[in-house]
Amino acid sequence: MTGTKSPRTRTLPVTDLSLVVLIGATGSGKSTFARKHFKPTEVISSDYCRGLVCDDENDQSASRDAFDVLHYIAGKRLAAGRLTVVDATSVQADARRQLVQLAREHDVLPIAIVLDLPEEVCAERNAGRPDRAGLPRAVIQRHRRDLRRSLRGLEREGFRKVHVLRSVEEAETAEVVLEKRYNDLTHLTGPFDIVGDIHGCSSELETLLAELGYEDGVHPAGRTAVFVGDLVDRGPDSPGVLRRVMGMVKSGNALCVPGNHENKLGRYLKGSKVQRTHGLAETIEQLEREPEEFVQEVREFIRGLVSHYVLDGGKLVVCHAGLPEKYHGRTSGRVRSHALYGETTGETDEFGLPVRYPWAEDYRGKAAVVYGHTPVPDTTWINNTICLDTGAVFGGRMTALRWPERELVDVPAEKVWYEPVKPLAAEAPGGHDGRPLDLADVHGRRVVETRHLGNVNVREENAAAALEVMSRFAVDPRLVPYLPPTMAPTATSREEARGGAAEGYFLEHPAEAFAQYRKDGIAQVVCEEKHMGSRATVLVCKDADAARNRFGVDGPTGSVYTRTGRPFFKDPAVTEEVLTRLRSAVTDAGLWEELGTDWLLLDGEILPWSLKSAGLLRNQYAAVGAASGAVFPGALAALEAAAARGVDTGELLERQRGRATDAAAFTEAYRRYCWTTDGLDGVRFAPFQLLAVAGRSLAAVPHDEQLFWLDRMVAADEAAGTGLLRRTGRILVDTADEDSVRAGTDWWLELTAAGGEGMVVKPLQAYARDGRGRLVQPGVKVRGREYLRIIYGPEYTRPDQLERLRDRSLGHKRSLALREYALGLEALDRLAAEEPLWRVHEAVFAVLALESEPVDPRL
Amino acid sequence: MFLTISTTGSPERPATDLGYLLHKHPGKTQAFSTSHGNAHVFYPEASVQRCTAALLLEVDPVALVRHGRGKGRGGAPDAALAQYVNDRPYAASSLLAVALGGVFRTALKGQCTARPELAEQARPLRIEVPVLPARGGAELVRRLFGPLGWDLVQAEAVPLDEQFPEWGDSRYVRLVLEGELRLADALRQLYVLLPVLDDAKHYWIAPDEVDKLLRAGDGWLAAHPEHGLITSRYLARHKRLTQDAIERLELVRLAEADGSEVEELDNAVDENRDTEERPVPLAVQRREAILAALRVAGAQRVLDLGCGQGQLLQALLKDPAYSEIVGMDVSVRALQIAARRLRLERMGERQSSRLKLLQGSLAYTDKRLAGYDAAVLSEVIEHLDPERLPALEYAVFGSARPRTVLVTTPNVEYNVRWETLPAGHVRHGDHRFEWTREEFRAWAGEVARRHGYGVRYVPVGDDDPEVGPPTQMAVFTQHDTDTTDTPTDTTGTTTDTPGTTTAAADTDTPKEGEAA
Repeated sequence: MTGTKSPRTRTLPVTDLSLVVLIGATGSGKSTFARKHFKPTEVISSDYCRGLVCDDENDQSASRDAFDVLHYIAGKRLAAGRLTVVDATSVQADARRQLVQLAREHDVLPIAIVLDLPEEVCAERNAGRPDRAGLPRAVIQRHRRDLRRSLRGLEREGFRKVHVLRSVEEAETAEVVLEKRYNDLTHLTGPFDIVGDIHGCSSELETLLAELGYEDGVHPAGRTAVFVGDLVDRGPDSPGVLRRVMGMVKSGNALCVPGNHENKLGRYLKGSKVQRTHGLAETIEQLEREPEEFVQEVREFIRGLVSHYVLDGGKLVVCHAGLPEKYHGRTSGRVRSHALYGETTGETDEFGLPVRYPWAEDYRGKAAVVYGHTPVPDTTWINNTICLDTGAVFGGRMTALRWPERELVDVPAEKVWYEPVKPLAAEAPGGHDGRPLDLADVHGRRVVETRHLGNVNVREENAAAALEVMSRFAVDPRLVPYLPPTMAPTATSREEARGGAAEGYFLEHPAEAFAQYRKDGIAQVVCEEKHMGSRATVLVCKDADAARNRFGVDGPTGSVYTRTGRPFFKDPAVTEEVLTRLRSAVTDAGLWEELGTDWLLLDGEILPWSLKSAGLLRNQYAAVGAASGAVFPGALAALEAAAARGVDTGELLERQRGRATDAAAFTEAYRRYCWTTDGLDGVRFAPFQLLAVAGRSLAAVPHDEQLFWLDRMVAADEAAGTGLLRRTGRILVDTADEDSVRAGTDWWLELTAAGGEGMVVKPLQAYARDGRGRLVQPGVKVRGREYLRIIYGPEYTRPDQLERLRDRSLGHKRSLALREYALGLEALDRLAAEEPLWRVHEAVFAVLALESEPVDPRL
Repeated sequence: MFLTISTTGSPERPATDLGYLLHKHPGKTQAFSTSHGNAHVFYPEASVQRCTAALLLEVDPVALVRHGRGKGRGGAPDAALAQYVNDRPYAASSLLAVALGGVFRTALKGQCTARPELAEQARPLRIEVPVLPARGGAELVRRLFGPLGWDLVQAEAVPLDEQFPEWGDSRYVRLVLEGELRLADALRQLYVLLPVLDDAKHYWIAPDEVDKLLRAGDGWLAAHPEHGLITSRYLARHKRLTQDAIERLELVRLAEADGSEVEELDNAVDENRDTEERPVPLAVQRREAILAALRVAGAQRVLDLGCGQGQLLQALLKDPAYSEIVGMDVSVRALQIAARRLRLERMGERQSSRLKLLQGSLAYTDKRLAGYDAAVLSEVIEHLDPERLPALEYAVFGSARPRTVLVTTPNVEYNVRWETLPAGHVRHGDHRFEWTREEFRAWAGEVARRHGYGVRYVPVGDDDPEVGPPTQMAVFTQHDTDTTDTPTDTTGTTTDTPGTTTAAADTDTPKEGEAA
């Protein structure tokens, strides 16, 4: 051949997610071809795998193991949704069968590219390679024989595309062109209006489209309608529906996926024998009145429908009967079958109908799946999936979902067009919300993605401890949508007391807290009185209905739980009484309306300490008090007697007197936080933050606004005279203003001198980042000098002890506090966005797990 | 921590001989350093008639906490000892015993070089320990010191806090001993019995504890009626405690976060009862009933959900009919004990391949549990709050769906037959409920109906005509399932056959290409 003729360039279409099988004799140039057209990581060669398992790429005895490795790697890539190219001879049917099988297992298309080059070319190339120079000619001949025999049957073997390159020139000039899958419409961002099952209800469809703002099939704002299928059968005017939908699809105003009814109608129109049941007879009859060209168009339309679509950058998947995540964007008979019919458990119900597998309970995907197929009385989101079939043809409603707004729009059926065989299912076909918490959501080593601090790691042993507590002791997870983060203390004080030398030294002092926030660029902080009781989170619903509708529980109207999610009160009746009092306070303060909610999540402290920690008090704190109280009188008397005898007791007596004083001060310190209660008499709840309400996390609402809401609740409760709520004292401090800082410090001194635990200093803005954009501690505690005896022991104020205690490291505690804070915010954000329970629980569980990380418990 | 030793005397046998006996001069205050602080010896009185020696140990609690670091995963060997707030500086515990042993070493040995005859003589002694921690209370103190030759053994409980009388007494007693004893004997008794009464708070871990006990107990311990209790408390606990502290630190921290005691959360393994109530035969009967029901069901692949320390697993392993045995529990500690009990690490490959231990929880669905022949929930449901039973029900009957499910639970009606059980009490501290036969059947019947199981009830143990058996068992068997796996059109009466669907789908798929 001369150079005058320009080479013809073959283009080889390859689907972007597929298993490409190169087929050719040894020496046919497969590896060279693969290198030229695909990324190195996309290509897995059998020679390379042979080398991996036995150090010799040409050792044929290692083939079995080598192909195991090859299939394993290819499987992992396909499962992850990556184009994969297999570079092996694949001239034998058996080798190819395994690869086709692998492609099917991962629901991707197998594609064959055949290099059918002359024997001479192959032999010449092998001769040029030192490791293959000795290869007998017969091997090439055998490969070519096998190949020739295979060529015609490749499609039958299951390859969806077969490209055969027959000459060196053709092989060298061919271009591989990647094609998108037909179901991949991720580039379309809508906005969309997704319409549920129609079943020939043409009039309702027109009403719904009008309601959605369409004018004769076109939306003035350029929205796109998406039909989930089951346009036909049972209803009065399937042709009318088809005409409308087909027109909108054709003009680019709509997308449509097939339902099982279209599938069956398609088979009928193709001439297959089908039973005319489930309303097909009506459709056939209606179509018989239509012109032949229309029926023809319907046939073509149905033939062209793609089983499901992935839309809006992968955030939205639309199909008829629901689709597990692993099938999204995949192409196989199985995927299509799933998309059209859904999955069944193999069991049958009392009507003899197959029981649908509750696939949505398992669904953990990021994409929202919008589907129809099973008529339900009400649409509900379950794990980011929603069924839009509200049984229009059975006299229910026709429903559409606006995307990305996630708003539901529906119109009532004009009449019962068709009697259902069995009553509409009471719950969504995907399963039941609330119970689909799966161990895999929480167990083992986990990484939780948070919006405010990126990925947060949970170690396996911490998750194991959390699992034990969450399972054995916690409140129903539906009623534990949040756990409070731990809080770091202020940096350790190095300075002498401001209150005079007699006061000794401080371990914690407000000066460091103010200085730290000033350094972080936080101008205004709020100092809030720290109540010494037990942390309590309270979920209070407006009534039992609100609790049922939002949290799916039957009976309780909320929950009161500890920082590890355990019920605060053993007796549910006491919990309900607390909730009743809180509810009245919220009502009287007008907060339901103001916040537009029927539930509130509150963070606070329940007093007294002795209420919840009686065991700890008795066995540890009071025990120390009792022991010290009983030992010193005798010891001091003995020392005094010895001294009176003239024995030199040195500093021993003085030191024991000091220790006795410290021990007495310790007893005083814990006693301040104990009092006797009877039922709820004497029990106080001091709320300090409103965490969330319906549709909204309040975690970033500035603390002055927060306290304004809470003050109103407290005032309402005081007016009602229940004595439950307690106000949180506070003072605002400007961290750059010396006078203000001094006022804050004095306030703390006064508070703690009167027996207070101390205070918490928080950025007024609640949610804050520093100059470098890093998340700032949401609060630091500054605990009082006397209170700290309970933490560090009666004698910690002695200068030698203080010196040692100052050597405490806060780094881990601060990091832990931030991680837990970010997880808490994440839980609230997920709760507010009405994300699935497992998503909220994942973050809550992670907080609990982190609480079991090793960190100095005295911080 | 503090104690005094007094004696009386006469010009012939002056009380001040105590100074010789103790090797400590009555006119001085002497200090000795010990590993946990300084010990001081001084004499508040020292006359011919009366002489009192006082031992005062100044324990530094911060040093105590930091001393413990480096053992296990960064903690002292005991949860309470890890606290700076600690009774050790005030109470006469094992630390005081250690100090006693060091400071009065020669006296303890009964040696007195200057006046050898003194050490051999008994003399009137009065020993006072103002704060003695006593697990077992004043009663045990009397039982321990009573047989040891004292004329007076006085033990008065110290109240916890006089401002809160409802809290009751503390675990401390004020101890006074009076009698004619050799000083060395008295000191040796204290050396052994202080830590024994304190219990759980051993602060030494040395390999020669047995020798020390034998030496200090020479002459009195062997004949002591509480000999068993003394030795087991002295020796047995410290090993386990150090081990446990390593295993359960995560739970300790969660308890601390909640202001509760560790035991409130970490109670899955009952140290005292080995999870089986007395009389033990009931546990055996229960196991036999379960094994019999499993045999009838023809189960080979079996789940033991809530396997605890693995008693049932052990029995299942012995029967080769069970080809796959899975033990699951929520408590990591219980699983560790089960693994130890079953000698999992030393088991042969063939045996160990039959057994798997998993941490898991029935409050969550769990894919690992699907597809088994049978599941056993033996004494499990009563450890769950009733509100959380629906989750368990769904995880077992809705999600895992084994063909057979065995559930055993106490029959509360039978409790009146337990002589040791006070009226109205549950059999185990962690039981959230105990059901009557009727209550159990109501629950089991509903569960069976909701999930397509049949259920029958089997009494376990002596079936009392009036109150029924001590344990009740429900045997759930899944109804035969229809094997039609047709894709469904839920409102229709029949559906497309699977053959046509797949065929249709298969042939249709390529057309996605053509049409689009």
